[in-house]
Amino acid sequence: MLWETVSLAFTTIIRNKLRTFLTVLGVVIGVAAVIAMVTIGQGSSAQVSASVAALGTNVLTVRPGTRGFGPPTGGATAPRFSLKDAEALADLSLVGYAAPVVSSGQTVVFGNANAATQVYGTSGDYTRVQNWALRTGRSFEPHEESAGSAVCVLGQTVATKLFGNSDPVGQSIRVKNVACQVLGVLSARGSGSFGQDQDDLVLMPAKAVQRRLEGNANVDSIAVALRKSVSAEDGIAAVQAVLRERRRIGLTQPDNFSVSDSKELSNMLGGINTVLTGLLSSVAAVSLLVGGIGIMNIMLVSVTERTREIGIRLAVGASARQVLLQFLVEAVVLSLLGGAIGIGLGLAIAYGGSVFMAIPFVPSGAVVALAFGFSALIGVVFGYFPARRAARLDPIEALRYQ
Amino acid sequence: MPPLIQFAGVSRTYGRGEAEVRALDGVDLSIERGEFVAIMGPSGSGKSTAMNIIGCLDRPSAGKYLFQGVEVQDLDQDRRALLRRHCLGFVFQGFNLLARQSALENVELPLIYRGLPKAERVARARLALHKVGLEGREGHDPSQLSGGQQQRVAIARALASDPMVILADEPTGNLDSQRSHEIMQLLQALNRDGITIVMVTHENDIAAYAQRLLVFTDGKLTRDEATPALISRSA
Ligand SMILES: Nc1ncnc2c1ncn2[C@@H]1O[C@H](COP(=O)(O)OP(=O)(O)O)[C@@H](O)[C@H]1O
Ligand SMILES: [Mg+2]
Repeated sequence: MLWETVSLAFTTIIRNKLRTFLTVLGVVIGVAAVIAMVTIGQGSSAQVSASVAALGTNVLTVRPGTRGFGPPTGGATAPRFSLKDAEALADLSLVGYAAPVVSSGQTVVFGNANAATQVYGTSGDYTRVQNWALRTGRSFEPHEESAGSAVCVLGQTVATKLFGNSDPVGQSIRVKNVACQVLGVLSARGSGSFGQDQDDLVLMPAKAVQRRLEGNANVDSIAVALRKSVSAEDGIAAVQAVLRERRRIGLTQPDNFSVSDSKELSNMLGGINTVLTGLLSSVAAVSLLVGGIGIMNIMLVSVTERTREIGIRLAVGASARQVLLQFLVEAVVLSLLGGAIGIGLGLAIAYGGSVFMAIPFVPSGAVVALAFGFSALIGVVFGYFPARRAARLDPIEALRYQ
Repeated sequence: MPPLIQFAGVSRTYGRGEAEVRALDGVDLSIERGEFVAIMGPSGSGKSTAMNIIGCLDRPSAGKYLFQGVEVQDLDQDRRALLRRHCLGFVFQGFNLLARQSALENVELPLIYRGLPKAERVARARLALHKVGLEGREGHDPSQLSGGQQQRVAIARALASDPMVILADEPTGNLDSQRSHEIMQLLQALNRDGITIVMVTHENDIAAYAQRLLVFTDGKLTRDEATPALISRSA
């Protein structure tokens, strides 16, 4: 009996293709929106986790000045770090590696090619902190660091801009007015959490940048990799204790530097993600509701149009329950059809969006199942009222209709 | 054995107060198994109302309706649906077939609600269509059939579920004289096979196929007599 009802619903639905399409359009759009939102949301979370994982776990970034959201405050007046500060942090037992970072915006030139990029003065430990392998060549040796030699390691983007496909190792590029020998090229990392190009950089020994490019002994920040099994809280506390001591900060005075955890960034991005996904999903939920009302509307019209048919069915012995079931099943089949089309469309949109935004495409079976179940629910909820109206028709009046 | 159909003081009123209409007014009648009854009377005299009550599509406002000796006037909707499904078949003036469904599908319809499997439904529906002389037209839509053929499909639909009674409200009202007589011969044949038939008509020559004539006037049963044997046998 149920099978008869389902196949009857299909027959009715197939006979009115255009109407069926218009009826389910609302549900299609609603479901497609939900699926696209959630799938893209999950893709960008996966992207955030991936880029955080690439940073290495428990990487702390130490900067002068205090910092909330937004730009550092008091960063301009707070005393800078020195190379000694980085060495002191590296000596801590909780710390694996600590690398100073002196950053300097420069144009680098090789032959006719040039590239505006960020030059980071640091130590060989920088790539260890960042868990970043070299694609070719080598990093700095300690003697090059202590001497402040004019040597460099290129990010992939800079290497491509200056050298195209040829091998930069052993070549000499010009940074500002310094001739600088290329030792190696970093492996490509792609875009970061904010979509920035992580490969657009040049690494040089910190002393080389300080003396030859900046003309001072400042260190802008220190990147610290904690040892495995050291918690971020413990690591931050140890770093703070050492730096307060070295910077002679009194017991009652606040820090004039900040320590941020890589997880902080991921939590923040994750939070933004959640808020956005929630917001867009509630918009999608509203469109699903509108879709349900669309189905109810058409089902009511259908019940009126088919009053005589209902009368005939009642006369040949259909019970009110069987008539109710017929229209309910029809509404559910309609909304499931809309749901199925919406799922396909939503996944297609999510796929396109993922490719466009260069984030992973992470379709979720659970979400698809949920959307399908939700479509069925919409059919039942919004189909019930029209179906009940059909079932309550008086057979004599229904037979006499029009 | 109690009569198949029995009315005891059946009244049916529509509306209230000043606007009250007595469509049926204290009707007593009884119909035995195997009878072929014609109901006549002027328009608005309550014929259709009586048919609807017999067919359990409607309920009397007062009085008792006994089907096989069982009071059914107070049955709920579901029980009345069961009675229609298993004991009653309807034939209407306007045929009332489902458009865009084949003759076979139309005849299958009551069997679907009896929960019969597809194969058995098709077999029974084919047999019923055969009985009304429509073999070979199973796949035709109502729109592809003449009025007489459509009414045959409707009769086959009524037959398909092996009813005890076929209720026909002006079955020939939309047909020309030739087709009308063909339909009547068909009903007569079914009656000879043992099916009780109650039929409303306006025409004497159609009523003549029945064995018994009931005449309604203003909601009252005013005549109840045998149709002249000569006429009922001749055609
Ligand atoms: N649903 C209804 N509401 C009000 N009056 C009705 C309704 N159905 C029938 N009637 C009235 O009841 C009377 C009998 O109707 P009906 O049984 O259809 O007559 P017949 O079939 O003999 O022409 C008529 O006066 C008709 O107007
Ligand atoms: Mg009538």
